Amino acid sequence: MILETAGVAILVAMGAALARTLLGPTVYDRILAVNSFGTKTVLLIALLGAFAGRADYLDIALLYALINFIAMVAMMNYSRNSKLSRDDEAQS
Amino acid sequence: MKHTISLGLSLGVLWWVLSGFAKPLLLALGVFSVLFTLWLARRMDAIDHESHPIHMSFGLLRFWARLVVEIVISNLQVLGAILSPRADAIQPHFLRVRMRQTSDLGKVILANSITLTPGTVSIALTGDELLVHALTQASGQAVRDGQLDLLVPSDVEEVQP
Amino acid sequence: MSISHALAVLLLSLGSGLLIVAGIGLLRFPHFYTRLHAAGVIDTLAAGLFLAGLAWWFGPTLGSVKLLLIFVFLLFTSPTACHALAATAWASGLREPAQNKE
Repeated sequence: MILETAGVAILVAMGAALARTLLGPTVYDRILAVNSFGTKTVLLIALLGAFAGRADYLDIALLYALINFIAMVAMMNYSRNSKLSRDDEAQS
Repeated sequence: MKHTISLGLSLGVLWWVLSGFAKPLLLALGVFSVLFTLWLARRMDAIDHESHPIHMSFGLLRFWARLVVEIVISNLQVLGAILSPRADAIQPHFLRVRMRQTSDLGKVILANSITLTPGTVSIALTGDELLVHALTQASGQAVRDGQLDLLVPSDVEEVQP
Repeated sequence: MSISHALAVLLLSLGSGLLIVAGIGLLRFPHFYTRLHAAGVIDTLAAGLFLAGLAWWFGPTLGSVKLLLIFVFLLFTSPTACHALAATAWASGLREPAQNKE
């Protein structure tokens, strides 16, 4: 029963991160929200492992954490070397 | 050389924890992949006292124990600020602090610890000055007091390279 | 329902609660730099309690060691990612709206 409750809690928190991704307003808010969404996905995969009673899921969770980090750094490099953030400066 | 051996040992333990196998063929493959990684890391010249600070392991353990306490305390502060209905529950501000650390490694460890504690994020590091964004007055004061700064283990090998 | 099971339930519910509260913070805080701190809560205490609860659920097996590994990895990467984000935002000229000093 607790696993189901925890799953619902993660989904609600993911919904909050997704809302922040859509609301913005700056591109950095969106990247931050996507990064935090990825962390919650890692937790969700680990929870699925507990649901299935198999430790194999945890390897996938670990790999997802790695990919999430690398994607984050790659996005930072991209936004630093492009004019992606120009429009947002005017708003802030 | 001792850094290479230590890195090899930790890679071996990591491989074994992740696989959980003990058959001879798979163990041989694991040893092969550890050696291959070590060769790559040496080729990249990525093994030194900065990437693998074994000389401060005991100091780091003490530092981490203290860091966990700090993280829990500041987490509770941030959670209180989130749940507080008042609009003045947060006083976001930037501040510059001077670090006591002299070595690059010490500065990086301190800046990362400040970022890891919620309520404070290190933004830029110039010389021995750190630009920090703090969520509340209390979290900013914690950085100004510099209790973590005193606890970072000293980087002895930096002095005698 | 043993004591150890109750502990797993306690840790998981605390972690889930913190996840939701931090999600509220992510939505409620007024500005980018303040939202960084809400994301910091998710990466440290919320994830830590949640994974500790799951580790207790798995019991003393290889699974709980892997969960510890995931947590350690999160602790190593989250400040790096957070700092990269803050530094890039600062370098691009993003400031707090109220005080534009420096």
